Formats: sequence, C-alpha cells, structure tokens
Amino acid sequence: MSEKNYISIHNSEAFPVKSIPIVDIDDFRETVITEIERGKRLASFFGRPLNESAVCLTAVIADDKRGCLQILSTEVEKSYQSLTPDCSQANCFEREIAEQWGIVPLGHPWFKPLRFHHSYRKEYDAWERGLDEEILPAHTDFYQVSGDEVHEVAVGPVHAGVIEPGHFRFQCSGERVFHLEIALGFQHRGIERAIISGDKSKIPHYMETLAGDTTIGHSVAYAQAMEALSGCLVSGRAQILRGIMLELERMANHVGDIGALANDVAFLPTASYCGRLRGDYLNMTAMICGNRFGRNMVRPGGVMYNLDASLISQLSRKLEEVFSDTENAIGLMWDSPSAIGRFEDTGKISREIAEELGLVGVAARACGFERDVRFDFPTGIYCFSQIPVATFSTCDVFARAYVRGLEIQRSKSFICEQLETITGDDIFTVPGDSAPDMAVVSMLEGWRGEICHFAMTGADGNLLHYKVVDPSFHNWNGLAASMRNEEVSNFPICNKSFNLSYCGHDL
Amino acid sequence: MNWYILINIILPFVLAPFLFGVINRTKAFFAGRRGQPLLQLYYDLFKLFRKGSVYSVTTTWIFRIAPFAVFSSIVCVILIMPCGALVSPIGFRGDILLFIYFLAMARFFTVAAALDTGSSFEGMGASREVQFAALTEPAFILCMAALACETHSFSLSTIFSRLSFASWSGEGAVLLLVAVSLMIVLLAENSRVPVDDPNTHLELTMIHEVMVLDYSGPDLGFILYGAALKLWIIGSLVVGVALPVNTGNFFLDRFIFLGGMVLLAVIIGIIESVMARFRFLKIPQVLILASALSILALILQVRF
Repeated sequence: MSEKNYISIHNSEAFPVKSIPIVDIDDFRETVITEIERGKRLASFFGRPLNESAVCLTAVIADDKRGCLQILSTEVEKSYQSLTPDCSQANCFEREIAEQWGIVPLGHPWFKPLRFHHSYRKEYDAWERGLDEEILPAHTDFYQVSGDEVHEVAVGPVHAGVIEPGHFRFQCSGERVFHLEIALGFQHRGIERAIISGDKSKIPHYMETLAGDTTIGHSVAYAQAMEALSGCLVSGRAQILRGIMLELERMANHVGDIGALANDVAFLPTASYCGRLRGDYLNMTAMICGNRFGRNMVRPGGVMYNLDASLISQLSRKLEEVFSDTENAIGLMWDSPSAIGRFEDTGKISREIAEELGLVGVAARACGFERDVRFDFPTGIYCFSQIPVATFSTCDVFARAYVRGLEIQRSKSFICEQLETITGDDIFTVPGDSAPDMAVVSMLEGWRGEICHFAMTGADGNLLHYKVVDPSFHNWNGLAASMRNEEVSNFPICNKSFNLSYCGHDL
Repeated sequence: MNWYILINIILPFVLAPFLFGVINRTKAFFAGRRGQPLLQLYYDLFKLFRKGSVYSVTTTWIFRIAPFAVFSSIVCVILIMPCGALVSPIGFRGDILLFIYFLAMARFFTVAAALDTGSSFEGMGASREVQFAALTEPAFILCMAALACETHSFSLSTIFSRLSFASWSGEGAVLLLVAVSLMIVLLAENSRVPVDDPNTHLELTMIHEVMVLDYSGPDLGFILYGAALKLWIIGSLVVGVALPVNTGNFFLDRFIFLGGMVLLAVIIGIIESVMARFRFLKIPQVLILASALSILALILQVRF
C-alpha cells in the first residue's frame, strides 16, 4: 500500500482541496477496504459533483490510534464496484451517494433508498425512477422471512409516544425477532443543500436544529470548520464555554435517557426523578445563554454569551445540587436488582459486529472500545483538559446505561474544574472570510457520539460543499443488529439505550 | 337480614374505581409527585360513557359485543362473590369453578375481539394474555382447592365465612402460601407491574392494554370499569384470606374489610414503585412459582 493514495490531516485543520489525491476507483476501493480492515473507521464518505457528468467520491477515514484522518477521493460517473460487500461501514454511505447523485454501487447487497428523495442530478437516478414519480418514505421492498410460524410486525412512522417518525419492520417467530429493518427519511429537509445554496446568515440556525437535542454539538462542529477555513483563532474563554455547554448538553441527554430506560421497565422512582433532573440541566444551559437547548450560544468566532463571577458561583452551586440528586436517582436504579436484571443481557451486540458496523459514541464505548473524539481527536478545550474515556464491556443495554452514568460523573467534574479555572474575558473574534479552495474535517464528540462535518470552499471562498455525519447515521444499524434473536418486547429498551436521532439521520 | 346482601353488590360497583385512585396516589408518592385525583377513574368513566364509539372497518360483531360480554361475565362473578365473610347473593356448591370460568369467559371475549381487529400488536397481546392465563389458572384453582379443603366447602360464601383468625393460628402456613399465591395471581390477572405495565404506551411490550387499543367511548368505559371490578374481585379474595375477620359486628367487619382493600391497593402501589417489570421470559417462572406455592399449600392441608 503506497502512502500517497491519501493525505493525512488532523481534526479541524484546513488543507487545500487540491491536496486530496484523486486515485482511480480500484485503488480507492483497495485503500479504503484495507485501511478499515486495519481497524480504522469510515468517518464520512460522500459524493460531490465535479462537472456535468462526473462525481467525485471522497472518503474520510478516522485513525483513532494515531489521532489523524486520512482523505482520498476518486471520480465516477454512473456506477462503480460497491465497497459494502468488503466493508460494511460503507453501507449507508453508498446508499446515500446513490440516492443523491444517481451513482449505482454495483453489487451492493442492500441497495435501497435511504431518505427517499429525488436525485440531485436530474438525469441520473440509481433506481431509474422518473422525474415526476412521487417518492414516499418507507415505500420500498422490505426484507421478509416466510413460513407458517413467522409473522411481521410493523411499527410507525406514527408512534404511541411523542417521538420522531420512523418505520420499523420486525420479522418475528412468536416473541423472537429474526430481523429488524428500519426505514427513515420522513424528516428529510435538505439541510446540506440549503447550507451551500442559501443565505449564509441562516446556516447557524440550520446547525442548531439539525438534530434539536444536539444543538451545541452541531453548532460547535460547524463553528470549528468555519474557523479553520478562515484561520480565526478562538479565545480560551470561548473554548472553555463551549466545553461547558457541550458537557451540559451531554449530562441533560444522558440523564433523560437513563430516566427513559427506567420508565420503559416500569421502574418509577428513577424515571420520574430523571425527568425532572433533565429539565434542571437544560435550565442551567438557559442560565448561560437564555435558551434551554443552547441556541444562539455558539457562532463561528466564539460564543455569544459570557459568564460573570456571580453566574459562575450560581452555576457551581446549582450543578452540585442537581448532580447529587442525579447520583441518588441513578443510584436507586443500580441498587434495584429487578431493573438491572431487565437491562443485563438485553440487546447485546458482539464486539466484532460493533467493529464491523463502525459504531460510535456511547454504543461503541459500551462494547469496550475506547472511542471518543474528545480523547482521540481533541479540539478546543479538550486539548488541554482531558476527560477520561468511560467504557464498559458487556455490550448490552446495561452497558449503554452504565457508560452514560459514568459520563455524567466525568462531565460534572470537567465542568466544575472549568468553572473554577476559567480565565480571560474575550469571548468572540470576528471571523474573516474563508480562504478559497480549502477544505476541513471538523469532528466533535456530541453526546451521542462522533459528529463529523466536512466543509469545502470554492474559488470565491464561499462554501462549495458541506457534508454532515450525525452519530446516528453510523448507529442505526447497530440498533437493528442488537435486536437479532432478541425478544420483540425488548425493542423499546434497546431503542432507548441507543436513543438515536431521526432528524440527524434524515438531514 | 337479606338486604345486607345488597352490600355485596353495591360496594364493588361503587368503590372499585377508587382502588385505582389509591394505587396511583401511592405510585405518585414514591415518584415524588402529587398524582392524579383519587377519583380520576370515576371522572374518566363518566367522560367515556358520554362519548360515542369509533369502530375499525375490519372488525365484526365480535368486536362490538366483547365489551358487554366481558362486563356481564364480571357482573356474574360479583353475584357469586362474597364480600369478606358476608355471603354472596347467589351461592351454591361448586361455585368456585363457575367463578374461575366466568373470569375465563371474560378473557375469551377480550382475546377474540383483539384478534378480530387484525392488528399485529393486538395479536401479540392476545397470544401473551392466553399464554400467561394458562399459567395463572392452575395457580388460581389450586389456591381455591386448598381453601376448599381447609374449610370443607365448595362454595365461595361458605369458604370465606368459615375462615377466621382462628384458621390463621391453626393453619397459618397454608393461608400464608395461599395469600402469596393469590397475590401473584392478582398482579398477573390485573396486568400490574411486575407482569404488565398498565401505564406503558409501548405497543410492543404491552399485554392487556394492547388488546383494548381499538376501543373508544362507552366500550372503553365498560372495559375500564370491568378491569376495576376485576381488581376488586381478586383483591377481595386476597383480603378475605389474609384478613379473615368475623367478629359478628356487621359494620366493624365491613369496615375492616374495606380497610384491607385500601391497604391492598397501597401494597400494589408500593410493589409497582419499587420494582421494575420482569422480562417476558421470566413471567412464566413467576406464575409457576404461584402454582408451586398453592400445591404446597394443598399438600400441607391434605397431609396435616
């Protein structure tokens, strides 16, 4: 394997677009497949139009061990030999490319649309659907098991709870699930296209609502990308504030998830306390920036709201108080054998499958992988203040809940430390114009897992291409895998243990 | 004193929904909440009985008669059901079996109506309901058999009027086993935690609730009212065994019985608050445990 097939870059480091090697498709396939086999991960893989007929496919490979990213690209027109048979991580990415640009990955074993929309290149459609043909989400062939004892259960897109739309098909024999297929796309809004075609001032708002529960995560990832492209240096205080906001977001969501898990197994005390505590964490976010989800807080160049001494002491006090309640509420559940018994050995994914699917975030750490962008590819405040990676090895619902519990503790100590040592007073630097013909990969550990944004500027310095990968994009297949041979009644807790984003996937 | 017997009929119809209020208040207390009003189920029933019903076009007459069939079976049970030591309006030798089979008939109609809707969720719920019922019925019958041996009677009224605190000092072990076994039966039959979760909105995990998803208006009202009466019926068996007061003072006896029922509702609330639901694979084990306890009670009763 020659080294020149790809370039190695670091997280949030701008590099000239021209430096990405364009190799032929066979070399591209071979490089990607070999690198992934060596234990690296496909962080992003997308197409962008080069001219009327050609599309440039670009792969971003994350090397967790060395903390660097490898980028390579190739040119294709209508079809190419699919990577998926040799590299499962490419599955959804290839379906996305096919859907967006009408490029057929030949030999793809699960070739179905992902979000159910028309191709961006009018004259190309991977499934040869007409231009006026209406494309409806989840209207596709589902995998079916046949036999006298087999039955099919369809759930959604409208669910009994107040959650986002998604369609789930179970192939069951009695209570046992053979296979679960998930069809999403109901929330496709075309965010990536809107970012590059529309008004620049709207982009931060798109980022904040890309996945509403990851407002800070996606805004920081976007800000990092824009700052790298414009060479803007963000002050230390702004970096610290971003870290605090990000960890508050993590704590709020983790507490909410643990409460939801308790609710699904009908363990009342933890369920109701966590419901309230999640609100308390969101309120702390609101104390800083006036919005419970952290909207309008992060912008390229820094943050919009500062902390003064009295707010710092208020926050510290509130955090101590809410955290000790959280410890009690979660402790109740860890002390309850009936609740733990329900989580243990439920929704197991083997380490091998987790590795093959390239799971990220809590789901990966619950399988024992030390995979955390804050640790592997640190940016901002995480370069200076490390948060220990929380892992657990049982790969089940319990592990995913327990890792969340550990992360709440670690985020709390991180925030306390930052509140004590926060210095400086500058929080915002006006970012200059983005440099022309540059690209950047901005990664960040959102509360769900690895957020990966790829941004590229054209000759005029405006954004030419923008690609968002939400952690949910990697992990939905993990949920499907965790339901294999599981009882169908365990689906709700498996689902909650992943708690993936529908709109983050659908974009 | 025949008019006293009317108490047997009036008490369940008037007070059964109140038990749900007590359970919910207990759960709310453990969750650190104020909880819904004690009389919430009365309000709900009142609301539902004033509404109209909506029927799915895939359903047939089975779906429409089921709520009434279920409710009338339960009313029949109440007629043969003693209220503590107070004899029932109708009572004869062997009415224990009729009692169990009236409850089984109610279940049959619920299950048939669930299958009638053609929904995969309701089918799953029906299959679970029948599977678990097949395991609770033996426990139930064996409990009754142990009590019948204890009191040398095959009529519910006689059984419960012959039980007293003296039986606890004499045959405490038998009664304790029967009471525990009946308690498990109560939790399973009334879809309470840890067997089922009456509050869940997750179709894939429900047992009883999922079977009645398609009902609305007065039909749903009858189903909810029937469920409340069923809780009262099995609850009064548990209270009758655990607290067999027969002082002879009519009002004192009734008062203690009602106190026992409220206490039972509080205990159910506590159980629901401190434990999680079992996974489905474990539920049969719990139900078999109930059968095992009642077999043990029967053996102890027959042998000694």
